Amino acid sequence: MSSEKTKPTVQTTGHAWDGDIQEFNNPLPTWWLWTFYATVVFAIIYWVLFPAWPVGKDYTKGVMNEITYTTSEGKTKTTHWNTRSLLLKEMQLARESQAKYLKDINASTFEQIAADEEKSAFAYSAAKVLFADNCAACHQAGGDGVIGYYPNLLDDAWLWGGSFSNIQETIVKGRMGAMPGFKSRLTEKQISDVSVYVLSLSGDVTDASAAKRGKAVFNNDGGCTACHGADAKGIITMGSANLTDKIWTIADVTGADTFDAKKAAVSDLIKNGKSREMPGWKDRLTAAEIKMLTFYVHQLAGGK
Amino acid sequence: MKHESIETNAGLLIVLTLIVISIGGLVEIVPLYFIDSTIEEVKVDNKETIRPYSALELRGRDIYQREGCYTCHSQMIRPFRDEALRYGHYSLAAESKFDHPFQWGSKRTGPDLARVGKKYSNEWHVQHLIAPRSVVKESIMPNYPWLMEPLKYKDIADRMRALKMVGVPYSETTAEYEANVKRFGEEIAKKLNILHAEKNLIAQAKTGNYDGNADDITEMDAMVAYLQMLGTMVDFSKFDEGHFADFR
Repeated sequence: MSSEKTKPTVQTTGHAWDGDIQEFNNPLPTWWLWTFYATVVFAIIYWVLFPAWPVGKDYTKGVMNEITYTTSEGKTKTTHWNTRSLLLKEMQLARESQAKYLKDINASTFEQIAADEEKSAFAYSAAKVLFADNCAACHQAGGDGVIGYYPNLLDDAWLWGGSFSNIQETIVKGRMGAMPGFKSRLTEKQISDVSVYVLSLSGDVTDASAAKRGKAVFNNDGGCTACHGADAKGIITMGSANLTDKIWTIADVTGADTFDAKKAAVSDLIKNGKSREMPGWKDRLTAAEIKMLTFYVHQLAGGK
Repeated sequence: MKHESIETNAGLLIVLTLIVISIGGLVEIVPLYFIDSTIEEVKVDNKETIRPYSALELRGRDIYQREGCYTCHSQMIRPFRDEALRYGHYSLAAESKFDHPFQWGSKRTGPDLARVGKKYSNEWHVQHLIAPRSVVKESIMPNYPWLMEPLKYKDIADRMRALKMVGVPYSETTAEYEANVKRFGEEIAKKLNILHAEKNLIAQAKTGNYDGNADDITEMDAMVAYLQMLGTMVDFSKFDEGHFADFR
């Protein structure tokens, strides 16, 4: 260790660590110092323009930085700068830029929306976003639903009706679907027979005599016709399923391989019942939003 | 004092550093306790509509914390247009004034839950908590099947007393109850009565039937009751759109 090599050429703190490690004592770089001063000046300007300092029970509101916004109720207000008013201003601008289209949507019938390319494109893309935010959690992003829980919106079967006005009502008010359980009202054998009959309605004919007995239970003891109708095609005002098509929304018949598995799925449902709820959206979505969603859902199923 | 003498004295350097750093927090936080408009006044017909949690909801909140839901879900909708469109009205300070601790959070691995109440059905919540991917295919949320186990609620009164100690207006004496009737109305005041906490909890679980089985009281009942209440205490249709901006 030679002391010549560590001889200081600039000012140091005068302390040596570990024998020869020394620390320079340089002033701050000029560019850094002036940047620091600039931030101080920036802060002072900011204090003047924006809400900043607490004063007693209030605070300085800032000057020359006002926001004027109009609410959707039509009230215009001017206020000091704040993030909540800024949001209202942004919402106002967005509302104004969409106003022309929304006015068109509100004034048009569903048929007119479907016929007009610009209107339907606007409704479709707006509703697609609304659907993803509000509906996809249950009905899935593509609208294919979950068997046993949430109806598939892509097929032609509609529990509560598939017309524009039916769909609109479903979204506005919500629906309570209730298939009661029959395990205390029917015997095991009766339930088995009804299951065979119900499956035979959509073409799964196996045991004709069981199906015949099932039909009798369906029409009499079971009282199934009260909801599903004498023709078993369902009644849309009650949300009861059409049992004569091959579409199953609760019992997973299409996912079952053997007839026994299909029968078990149907029997299970008849025994235990199933309640399903579609929430109403009139408090969360505007009338125009619901109208566009109605159009979108109708389109999903092929627009018929 | 020369900076040299601070830099060469470790103890002094630590103390002075702490003072400087704490100024940043103190000047931002402390004034909020004194400024009148920090917490918005939310009154309809002269009654406050934001209330402390009912006994069952409180147990749900405890389970929410136990399971660490807050690590992925925030409960704070900021006043931005994108958040307003996705989640609804921005959160008010008043809406979490009875939360100890608050559940605002800053990490959204899952969506914000501040206004999830009444958005989905009870059945959806039950199914989604047991097996999230059965309803949302792309979800990465863990399964919580054990929520279907019975709820322990014998200590509910003590839990409410603990919150009362930090200022949540649950009532034990007649005077406190009367004060709550005046402040929130009778219907809500009844929910906040510690003396009837267990009875209220059982009644809400039975009538609400959140988990789809009215015969038992599970943790799922509490959890879904809590989730379905989130963000529903303020009826924004009762206020002008600019009303809550006036508090800023």
